[in-house]
Amino acid sequence: MKENLLVSSSPHLRGGRKTNLIMLDVIIALMPAVIASGIIFGVRALIILAITTGTCVLSEWVCRKVMKRDNTIGDLSAIVTGILLAFNLPVSIHPVMAGIGGVVAIVVVKQMFGGLGQNFVNPALTARIVLMASFPSQMSTWYQPFYYTMDASTPDALTTATPLGILGEGAGAPLPSYLDMFLGNTAGCLGETCALALILGGLYLIVRRVISPIIPLCYLATVVIFSLIFGRDILVDLLSGGLLLGAFFMATDYATTPINWKGKIIFAVGCGIITMVIRIFGSLPEGVSYSIVLMNIVAPHIEKLTRPRAFGKARKERKKNEA
Amino acid sequence: MAKEPKKPSYLREFYKGIIIENPVFRLVLGTCPTLAVTTAAMNALGMGAAATLVLVCSNIVISLLRNVIPDKVRIAAYITIIAGFVSIVQMFVKAYSPDLDKSLGIYLPLIVVNCIILGRAEMFASKNKVLPSALDGLGMGIGFTLALLVMGSIRELIGAGTLFGFPVTVQFMAPMIIFILPPGGFFVYGMLVAVVNKITIKKGKVPKNQLGCSGCPMATNCSRADQGECGKP
Repeated sequence: MKENLLVSSSPHLRGGRKTNLIMLDVIIALMPAVIASGIIFGVRALIILAITTGTCVLSEWVCRKVMKRDNTIGDLSAIVTGILLAFNLPVSIHPVMAGIGGVVAIVVVKQMFGGLGQNFVNPALTARIVLMASFPSQMSTWYQPFYYTMDASTPDALTTATPLGILGEGAGAPLPSYLDMFLGNTAGCLGETCALALILGGLYLIVRRVISPIIPLCYLATVVIFSLIFGRDILVDLLSGGLLLGAFFMATDYATTPINWKGKIIFAVGCGIITMVIRIFGSLPEGVSYSIVLMNIVAPHIEKLTRPRAFGKARKERKKNEA
Repeated sequence: MAKEPKKPSYLREFYKGIIIENPVFRLVLGTCPTLAVTTAAMNALGMGAAATLVLVCSNIVISLLRNVIPDKVRIAAYITIIAGFVSIVQMFVKAYSPDLDKSLGIYLPLIVVNCIILGRAEMFASKNKVLPSALDGLGMGIGFTLALLVMGSIRELIGAGTLFGFPVTVQFMAPMIIFILPPGGFFVYGMLVAVVNKITIKKGKVPKNQLGCSGCPMATNCSRADQGECGKP
């Protein structure tokens, strides 16, 4: 009888959820958007995806080797970062630049701060911002969807503006129809155009309980409210740009967002406000990446403010004593 | 910070500023001009040369006057001396190299409040004779110039694809503009500090707290005062 009594510290019950299973779920959720970007932007999109994923995994492996830490490729997080980074790049990007983005995401943003769970900003988004600041013209050259089926002899016809770009420029080219924007038949980054695929992936993550719906819902709701206040087209605001990609896949990153629901609401509303302020008043057409990274930076402070009351602790007496 | 050698050697006063006590990478002084002017190698060289000149001259004069300047107004006196030399250098640069003056902008007159120069005046020149002070100023100045040159070269090469204005990689690939922007400056600076630390701090050797607890204002209230170091758990 004595041998059967195990004394150990908590937790005593473990679910079978490990990092690599969660990451596998995220990869599965990203697959519809991967397929959509392959259809919309052709083989080149898949090559860019392969390059960023490859450089991310390779630099994770090399970095861990050089730093003499144990190998963490198996947790699949580098693959997720690689896919998300490619989703944030235009299809016209030079492959070397995409590779630089992968190295920046893993080496500078993730491993230099201690690896998975220690990074304080989203690696893929930060790499996108670094590339934006480094190669502004290449990062804002947008090819038309299905450009690979067009006549290549007139290269000028290949490039076009994104919906938000058109909106920002004022009355120029006509906006694409809602259906086109929903299915992804617009110019933009690899993964952000097809709203249908992103919503499918996001729903899968919510159903599998990988992410909680609080952040995406509050984020999108804030955008809708701002859109209403400023009299913009709500559907265009929701379906264009990287909003859905950011709301479902990047603003829900575990390591860089608050843990409890109050913090999540503050985080998501902050993201929505910054996104819309940049879209309406900023000189850039799109602000999802900046909004999420900025809120990532304040996330520790949000966490501090929203710390839940410990079980059994007095409710308000402490405050009275302080006052 | 400085390990005082038992016998003051003139050579050591000169070379310690270049790597062992490099003002930028080891003492982390003068960060503002370091980050601001290193967008191009040529700017870095000009800034380094100007600062070195001011550093040597002010060290000599302050060392000469070290027994005359009253302790209570020493900072004001040092600043006046330094400002005099900075004015000379600034007029000189304006007259002979207006382009450099334009690209250095406000950072050239700001040498007056450069903490490397004030730091060397306070820490070294006010306590030492003229020749060691001049050598200290020269060594620190060369260390500063080298640090700026390394940073400027890296940032110009990656951020603009050129070196001293000559195209190197720019015709093959678009340069990473972020390296000549402020974030790139901070990034290169941090990396170089890490590299220099790796070179200068020997493995397994814990850097000793030279000041000890005697210099600490909290020593009387500190529970660890008898242990010598506050970092120890």
